[in-house]
Amino acid sequence: MKAKVFLFVALVVALTFVISACQPAAPKFECKDKLGCVDIGPNDPIHIAYAFVVSGSDATLGTDTKYGVELAIDDKGGKLLGHTIKLSGQDSGCNAEGGQTAGTKIAADKTIVAVVGTNCSSEARAAMPILSQAGLSMVSPSNTAPDLTDPAKRVPGYFRTAHNDKVQGAVAAEFVAKQLKFTKAATIHDGSIYAKGLAEVFAENYKKMGGTITAAEAVNVGDKDMKPVLTRIAAGKPDLIYYPIFVAEGGFIAAQIRDVPGMEKVAMMGADGIFTPDFLKAGGKNTAGMFWSSPDFEAFGGEYKPFIEKYLKKYNVKGVLAPFHAHAYDAANIIFAALEKGTIKDADGTLHVQKQAVRDALQATKDHKGLTGKITCDPNGDCADPKIAIYQLSADDFAKLVMPTKGVWSPGSADYKPK
Amino acid sequence: MLQRLRERIDLTDVLMFLVGGLIVALVVVGSWTTLVEGKYNSRQWFDLILFGVALGGIYALIALGYTLVYGILRMINFAHSEVFMAGPFTAYFLADEIGRSGFLDENPVVGLLMIFILAMAISTVTAVLLERIAYRPLRFAPRLVPLITAIGASFFLQYFFKGLYGPNIKVYPEIAALTGYVQFGEFRIQNIQILVIVAAALMMFGLHLFIQNSRTGKAMRAVAEDKATAALMGINVDRIIVITFTLGGALAGAAGVLYALMFKQVNFMMGFIPGIKAFTAAVLGGIGNVPGAMVGGLFLGIAESVGPSLFLDGLHIPAPYQLKDAIAFTLLVLVLIFRPSGILGEKLAQKKA
Repeated sequence: MKAKVFLFVALVVALTFVISACQPAAPKFECKDKLGCVDIGPNDPIHIAYAFVVSGSDATLGTDTKYGVELAIDDKGGKLLGHTIKLSGQDSGCNAEGGQTAGTKIAADKTIVAVVGTNCSSEARAAMPILSQAGLSMVSPSNTAPDLTDPAKRVPGYFRTAHNDKVQGAVAAEFVAKQLKFTKAATIHDGSIYAKGLAEVFAENYKKMGGTITAAEAVNVGDKDMKPVLTRIAAGKPDLIYYPIFVAEGGFIAAQIRDVPGMEKVAMMGADGIFTPDFLKAGGKNTAGMFWSSPDFEAFGGEYKPFIEKYLKKYNVKGVLAPFHAHAYDAANIIFAALEKGTIKDADGTLHVQKQAVRDALQATKDHKGLTGKITCDPNGDCADPKIAIYQLSADDFAKLVMPTKGVWSPGSADYKPK
Repeated sequence: MLQRLRERIDLTDVLMFLVGGLIVALVVVGSWTTLVEGKYNSRQWFDLILFGVALGGIYALIALGYTLVYGILRMINFAHSEVFMAGPFTAYFLADEIGRSGFLDENPVVGLLMIFILAMAISTVTAVLLERIAYRPLRFAPRLVPLITAIGASFFLQYFFKGLYGPNIKVYPEIAALTGYVQFGEFRIQNIQILVIVAAALMMFGLHLFIQNSRTGKAMRAVAEDKATAALMGINVDRIIVITFTLGGALAGAAGVLYALMFKQVNFMMGFIPGIKAFTAAVLGGIGNVPGAMVGGLFLGIAESVGPSLFLDGLHIPAPYQLKDAIAFTLLVLVLIFRPSGILGEKLAQKKA
């Protein structure tokens, strides 16, 4: 009998403990945000994802921007709102399929609060609807296709710190028409929204300045034999070929162009997608003397110099890998600022990241002092302070396999002088 | 009379014939307009054809691997494109080493031979292992089974080599002896094109002699005709199959080095597109038929190179070179409509059914 009473008492005591544990210690946080909240425990990290192309022929483009984001985290001391910053990533492959896969994977991880990415415009076109649906916002350091911030097509939550190619194409066309004084040019794109858009903007501006486009050609991603298409272009006798494409196909064009009769002397010009030492390796010695349109490093603020020194030292590289590391640094920083604004912090350190509030804070970004200039987001998601320069590769740079750090011309600068 | 005619011709045939006719008409109109407009001079046509012959020679060498295996096993070895990749991808490390040390520029013939032998050996070993591990256990399974296995093996090999050598593109060294060109009047041929065309022609000729004249070649033809009867005549069928894979692998390895020398780059996915093109070439020429693969390869290479300028330019289609793959596959459709067994294909109905 005594044992039974003891058992009963023990049971009651145990139950009391269980019930009391279930009762909330403090009033529970209620998420009022339209897109929902991400709750982060007092000891959990703030999780930011990147979607960059970090393998394959365009790997330098992704690696360069990844370094920019990492350096931004380093400069914050690795902490935001008292929590450590966790950076995880998806390889987006520089194509729509890769963008879609990366977007789906990121959207499935409920701990992620914001995304830096993507590199190639076609990736963003596929990834952004998925991320937007999941309530996430994304800031791209290197998407430049005009299409992405076209008011009719822009997906909510999309922002970029890279220039719009409407600017880049116009600068490139002005250089060819007014500085080089070439009257005939040909363009090659690869069917991606980036290359096609940029080639079209270039052609449109060039024609307005009195130039003739002798051929607007296209190649397929994966093509290796460029001689037939170059032979076709040679028939129009252009002075210059503008090919704003990517490393693999661009490399084949540079490597094969001098073997095509009639193309021995034609000038070549690429864009920011092939502004990388990997392109020099792929294209070989013909790249010496070639032109590029790309972000103007010299127009960046005074903070850029110590930043690039850190970059070269930390990653032990001879020169920059691609042109968008500073844009990536700025993209990460406007995300940090927006997270600070859009997050509610409990007394015990728990964070509630309100997704719509973060998105609104990004949209409201105004006069943020970044490495690339003053970052202000317009209603379509274009946040860049676009400054484009024309670069030319010297034989010396080619021998060292580094990209030039100084442009030969930019709008408003002194006239270009051939070396 | 009309009744009988209606019974013999069904609607699909008529439709296919119309589609074929329409394509042929477009090709004729396009070519005629291009030639009348005279946008390209004879030198440019010559160049375009030459690019096509060089690429077509490589397609033909790979296509031979598909067609040899099909002739004997009646299966499409979809992993053949990875056999093509394995050799040159491995030989890259040798090429890079002797390229850096200057050996390749001093002794181009010895150096190139070393690269060829290594690549052919690796591709051959890959092909033979593939047969031994993936196909032989399934020899008597239904025909669809080895086909699916081939696709699986193809993925396995791609990612095996990706894991082994890394995902990035490797650049073949530039060989001084192959960079120049030879001038014939107003025409000129690059040295690398001469190497590719001569090497491909020699190998194809050698293969032809081997199959037609040697005892083993005769045994191969016997096995292709009828495996069971050949076995009864004392032919070791397994041995013949291994020899077939060896030949296909060696040719693919050589084609791979030629491809790598021409385009300077190798990576683990390099076999995919040429593999599909070569398969198309094999079907175009008549799969299972050795001269057919050669003709199909050359035909496809030239069509891809000349086609966009010849047919599409005249139709004023913008950026015609983006459509060169469409030309290749349209050709395949045309051949399948008008000659279902390929250009030189055997009459299936009479011989094999």
